[in-house]
Amino acid sequence: MTETLSLVLFSGTDDKLTAAATMATGAAAMGTRVKVFLQFWALDAFRSDRIDKDHGVAHEAGPEGAAALRRMAEKGGPHWGELLRQAKDIGEVEIEACAHSMEMLEIGRDDLDPLVSDVIGIAAFMAGVDGPVVFI
Amino acid sequence: MEATKAQETIDARGMPCPGPLMSLIGAIRQAEVGAVIEVLSTDEGSLSDIPAWVSKAKQEMVEVADDDGFTRFVVRKAR
Repeated sequence: MTETLSLVLFSGTDDKLTAAATMATGAAAMGTRVKVFLQFWALDAFRSDRIDKDHGVAHEAGPEGAAALRRMAEKGGPHWGELLRQAKDIGEVEIEACAHSMEMLEIGRDDLDPLVSDVIGIAAFMAGVDGPVVFI
Repeated sequence: MEATKAQETIDARGMPCPGPLMSLIGAIRQAEVGAVIEVLSTDEGSLSDIPAWVSKAKQEMVEVADDDGFTRFVVRKAR
């Protein structure tokens, strides 16, 4: 089993963020270290004033997919933000923001949800990679 | 055979994956060593998730039983 799972989150829709958060949670439960790097629209979704808002679903999901996700939430499926909080609680999970995306989207550190612990560059992120990198 | 008496029951029926496992992990962390906790789950992922976690976390699986439309996992906190 690998030491670290590196997740690069690019997409900011609720379906992809839920899939990513589920992976992070499973890895954390099994004792695998998780590093999450937030870029572009995923970073935007982690703004503290937006994290709980509706972020829509990927185009491929269509209206039926959106309805399926809503049903899951009604059944008590936790929000991806809550899943990541649980993952951080049970394991070693670090969530960091991409400095480039921060600048592009004009986001300050104070704008981010406390789930995000730092702002780093891509080289610093890559330096910590010692297993698979998953891009979502 | 008499079922093992659990000190705590978590009714995670209807909760989607990985909810039942997360609830179990939370309860195990709170419990004293030796405590027996049961989780009721309708989530199919639990069938593989919960045994995998119990073995990885070196806890003890006491029982996995099919009930009426759900599965009962009984776990003892071993450490």
